[in-house]
Amino acid sequence: MEGDRSVELCGVRLRGPVLNGSGTFDAIAARRAFGDALIERFPFDGFVSKTITREPRQGNPPPRLWETPAGLINSIGLPNKGLEGFLQSDLPEIARILTAASQGSAGDAAIPLIVSVMGFSRDELAELVAAAGARDEVAMIELNISCPNVETGLVMGADPVETASAVERVRTETDKPLIVKLTPNAAAPAAVAQAAEGAGADAVSLVNTLKGMALHPQTGEPWLGAGTGGVSGPAVRAIALEQVASVASTVEIPVIGMGGISTGRHAADFLAAGASAVAVGTESFRDPAAARRIAAELEGITLPGSEPAPASTIV
Amino acid sequence: VSEPRTLAPPERRIAVVSGVERLGAYDLITTVDRYGPKHPRPGQFYMLSMAVGWGGRGDERPYLPRAFSYARARAETEGEGTALDFLLEAVGPGTERLSELAPNEQMALVGPLGVGFRPPVPGTRPLLVGGGIGAAPLLCWQDELEDAEVLLGFRSAAHAQAAALFAGEPRVVTDDGSVGRRALVTELLAAELDRDANATVYACGPPAMLEAVRVLCAERDVPAQLAMESGMACGFGACFGCVVPTRDGYVRLCVDGPVIDAAELDTALVAGAGH
Repeated sequence: MEGDRSVELCGVRLRGPVLNGSGTFDAIAARRAFGDALIERFPFDGFVSKTITREPRQGNPPPRLWETPAGLINSIGLPNKGLEGFLQSDLPEIARILTAASQGSAGDAAIPLIVSVMGFSRDELAELVAAAGARDEVAMIELNISCPNVETGLVMGADPVETASAVERVRTETDKPLIVKLTPNAAAPAAVAQAAEGAGADAVSLVNTLKGMALHPQTGEPWLGAGTGGVSGPAVRAIALEQVASVASTVEIPVIGMGGISTGRHAADFLAAGASAVAVGTESFRDPAAARRIAAELEGITLPGSEPAPASTIV
Repeated sequence: VSEPRTLAPPERRIAVVSGVERLGAYDLITTVDRYGPKHPRPGQFYMLSMAVGWGGRGDERPYLPRAFSYARARAETEGEGTALDFLLEAVGPGTERLSELAPNEQMALVGPLGVGFRPPVPGTRPLLVGGGIGAAPLLCWQDELEDAEVLLGFRSAAHAQAAALFAGEPRVVTDDGSVGRRALVTELLAAELDRDANATVYACGPPAMLEAVRVLCAERDVPAQLAMESGMACGFGACFGCVVPTRDGYVRLCVDGPVIDAAELDTALVAGAGH
């Protein structure tokens, strides 16, 4: 049994502060590749699902990836089985993996499941929140609002008023904590965060990917099948850190910080900037165990203003 | 039915390069994997990068690891571990950096990943078809099968040196006629299937070659397994980047491939492969 590194987020106990970013780790596919060793050495302290939509989605046509300097552009397009398929098959399987991986965690801390959902209208989002929130396996719900509202044509998360309407609409559908995933492509992310808080969000997470594109080296046409995509990785870390600091100084609710975190030092920076927890995304592509390494490195770092670590852990 | 897959440890690990052999246009890198499984399955792949000095090359890349089918694996005769052979050609910032590896340097790997080749349909003879660097996964598969016929196509004599890695006498053609006939390997395959279509075909090579193999085999009702390639970030199903279209929709090559039954495909031409 390891030492107690647990944290509390929106009243939910996590075995530590390191989550995954939504859409950057598929526990079911990883179980196929790594077997039970994945459960014995599960990388994350809380697990965020891929984003679920009401209808099944195939995702965007390939190519879906382009390597950038210290990063990656992706245009995956939210492939998923749809709400019904997710609730029937994926959710129980992910929950089994997390329950098994939680064995041996200190105290009552476990690896809770956070389900990410996206709707193309407020009512669709409400239906997803109600259905996911009704399941015992689900500890929290993350709202991916980086998509256009088909009723208004506006990207929900890019606009404080749109965000507030969406959160207000879904707030009554569940008692479980609601996390609003902020897009860095908004003019003023802190204003969007404030709107989410005012409408009843329990936490915000940021950053989602930054919009970007690449051109085919021979034809000059857009490389990605969908034309544009989202940039992630160390290339976006400085931008993400500024946005996390800005949002954390504006809202009272907890902030989950992410964007290019690849070492414990980076994680400590995001916590020092005001985040209550952090998420690892693209770095997991390079090393499936990256989040465990980052969590271990983080334990050896004393945050400014916190109690000094026991002498034995000071290097 | 269990899939031909050896599980990987769920972390990136360090392996030490024990040999680097120049083979014409290619490099054969041998690395000693002390912490991974001893018996990967032919057709499986590893994600490779450098322990240090990964990044900062052309366009400030590489950033992501690169996927390589292993060519051969064998128990280390001295000390612990498994010696893994990888065949590579320097074509971009990642492969250029890997091609500069020297003995005793450290590399980083994750694997073995994906599902490998399935056994031949009972009663058929295995026919292995490789194009260029696609010869790599056919080496360990030839070792495991008995009496598999091997057909290889290369751009030039420099590339055709890789044919010497195979046992027996593979049949070789080149684009420029510098070794063997000037022909495409798919011409050898067509003639071979016309002579005797009672075969299971295993192919690895560039997308256009795989598509020609797929069509040739479909026309003759010959079962074929294609080891495919697609841009890949993680190798274990996390990024959803490496999809190829099948008759059942998109599948991720890293967890459902890289070996795909040709009957599942309407085309083997994958957008973005080869970059």
